[in-house]
Amino acid sequence: MEKAVTHIPETVAPPAFIRREGVPLILFALLLLAPFVARFFAESYLLALFSRTMIFAIAALSLDLILGYGALVSFGHAAFLGFGAYGVGILAAHGVSEASLQLPLALASSALFALVTGALSLRTKGVYFIMITLAFGQMAFFLAVSLAAYGGDDGMTLPSRSRLFGFDVLEDDRALYFLILLALLGSYLVSRAIVMSRFGRVIRGARENPQRMAAIGFPLFRYQLTMYVIAGTMCGLAGFLLANQTGFVSPAYMTWQRSGELIVMVVLGGLGSLHGAILGAAAFLLLEEWLSGFTEHWKMIFGPFLVLVVLFARGGLLGAFRRLGIGGAR
Amino acid sequence: MSLTLLYVQTLNGLQLGILLFLIAAGLTLVFGVMDFINLAHGVQYMVGAYLAAMFAAMTGSFFLGLVLALASALVFGLVLEFLVFRHLYSRDHLDQVLATFGIILFLNQAVKLIWGAAPLSVPIPDVLTGSVRLMDGLLYPVYRLAIIGSGLAIALGLGILVSRTRIGMLVRAGATNAPMVSALGVDIGKLFMIVFGFGAMLAGFAGAMVAPVLSVEPGMGDNLLILTFVVIVIGGIGSVRGAFIAAILVGLVDTLGRSFGPALLAAIMNPSAASQAGRALAPMLIYILMAAVLFFRPAGLFPVRK
Repeated sequence: MEKAVTHIPETVAPPAFIRREGVPLILFALLLLAPFVARFFAESYLLALFSRTMIFAIAALSLDLILGYGALVSFGHAAFLGFGAYGVGILAAHGVSEASLQLPLALASSALFALVTGALSLRTKGVYFIMITLAFGQMAFFLAVSLAAYGGDDGMTLPSRSRLFGFDVLEDDRALYFLILLALLGSYLVSRAIVMSRFGRVIRGARENPQRMAAIGFPLFRYQLTMYVIAGTMCGLAGFLLANQTGFVSPAYMTWQRSGELIVMVVLGGLGSLHGAILGAAAFLLLEEWLSGFTEHWKMIFGPFLVLVVLFARGGLLGAFRRLGIGGAR
Repeated sequence: MSLTLLYVQTLNGLQLGILLFLIAAGLTLVFGVMDFINLAHGVQYMVGAYLAAMFAAMTGSFFLGLVLALASALVFGLVLEFLVFRHLYSRDHLDQVLATFGIILFLNQAVKLIWGAAPLSVPIPDVLTGSVRLMDGLLYPVYRLAIIGSGLAIALGLGILVSRTRIGMLVRAGATNAPMVSALGVDIGKLFMIVFGFGAMLAGFAGAMVAPVLSVEPGMGDNLLILTFVVIVIGGIGSVRGAFIAAILVGLVDTLGRSFGPALLAAIMNPSAASQAGRALAPMLIYILMAAVLFFRPAGLFPVRK
C-alpha cells in the first residue's frame, strides 16, 4: 500500500508526514479539544456521546486487527465487550470497585475466552469460521443471561464507577472522557506497532496468501491465534470502559447484532486501516444518533444505506476520501 | 410420569428439529450452490409468519392464508434476489454478511412499522385443534403433530427432488462445482434464482406453520437464524441430508438438555448447584456440540466433496 502512495508526484502531494499522519493527528486533536468546546453546549450529552463513540472505536480497532489485517471475519466480537463489562460488574456486585482489580479481571477473562474459542475457531476457514465465531458469541450471550445472581436477562446497575487506587476520580464525566481518550490513543498506538511489526506483516501475508506463508514456514495458526487473543483483550478493555460509562452491565452488550454492528463500523471506515476503524465507529454512532433523532424507525434508513455502501462504495469512508484526493496511507 | 415427560419433550424436540430443517434446507443450498451467506434467511421466516397471520385474518381461513403466504413469500424472495442478492454472488463473504445484515435491520423495523410491535397471534385451524392420546397419560396437540408430519413430508419430498430429479442433479452439481456447471451450458443465474426462491419459500412455510403456536413478532427469526447456522455447520454446508440429521439432533439436544439437564446434573452434584449449572449449561449445549463436531470434522458431518 505504501508503494502506491510514493508514486504520487511530490509536487502535488502534501509533505509525506502530513499525508501519512494527517488524518489520525487531526482526529486525536479534535477528540482532545472536544470536551472544552462541549462546555458551551449540552455538555453531559456531548461528553457521553463522544465517550461512547471512543469506546466503540476501541472495539472496532481491535476487530480491525483480525478482520481487516487478518481477513478473519469474526462474527462474535461483541462477546469480548461483554467479558470486559462483566469483569467490572461481577466484582462490583461483590463490593470490589477498584479498577486495579477489575481491569485485570476484565482483560484476563477476555484473553482466556479468546484463547479457547480462537484455538477452536481457527481450525476452520471461511464460512465455517464466521459461523463458529457467531456461535461462540451466542454461547457467551447465553452464559450472561443465565447469570441470575448478576441480573440475568435484565442486567444490573453498577453501584458506582470504578475507583482508581481508592479515588473516585472517574465519577467526573470529564475525567472518564480523558481516561477513555487515553485508552483509545494507547490502543491505536499499540495496534499500529503490532501492524507495522514483523508479526503484523506475517498476519497480513496470511491475508493475501495463506498457502504461500505456510509454505515459507510460518506456523500461521500460532500467529493468528496470538492476534485473535490480542484483539479479544483489547475489546475487553472497551467492555471495561463501556460498563463504567453506562454504569450498567447487561447481556445486551453481547448480542450477535452488536457483533454485526462492530463489523459494520470497521467496514464503514475501511478495512485494514486503524484510524479508519475509529472513523467508522464515529460515523456509525453519530449516524445512529442523527437518524434516530428524525424517526424511531431509523433502522429502515440505515439498513438500505448499508446495502448501498456494500454495493457501491468499496473501501468505506477512507476509500471515498481517497477518491476525493484527501490522503491517508493505509 | 417422567417417562411421559420424556416422550413429550422428545416430540417437542422433533418439532423444533423439523422447523430448523425447513429453514436450514434453503440456507444450506444457497450456501452450497452459490457460496453465499444469507443472514437475511431468518427474516424470510419472519416474513412468512407475518404474511400467514395477515392472510389468515383477511380470508378467515388458515389454509387459504397459508397458500397465499407461500406464494407471496416466494415472490418476496425473488424480489430480494433480483434487487440485492444477485449483485452479491461474486462478492466476498464479508460484503454478503454486511448487505444481508442491512436487510435484517430494514425488515425487522419494517414489520414493526406495518404490523406494529405487539406480537400477533394466529388461531389454530379448527380441524387441527384438540389433542390426541398417544398413550396412557400422554396427550399431544394435533397441530404440533401436523407440524411434524408436514415437515417430514417436505423433507422426504425435498430428498427425492434433490437426489432423483434433473433440477436436483443440477443443484448437487452446482454445490460441487458451480463454474463447471455453468461451462456445461446450464443457465447458472436461473438455477441460483430457483434455488433462492425455493429456499425463501421453505423458510416462509416454516414461519407460516409455527405462526399459530408461537407469537409472531419482530425479530422472531433472529435467534432461529443462529440455530440454523449451527445446524448447517454441523451437517456440512450444502448437504440437505446433513441438514436434516443435524436439525433433528440440534432440536433434540436443545429441548431435552433444557428440560432434563438440571435433573441429570443433580445426580452428580447438590440440587441447588445443579439447577444453577443446568440453567447455565442448557442453552450452551448445542454450541458445545457444534464445537465438538467441528473439532473432529472441520467441514461438518456430511461434507460436500469439492
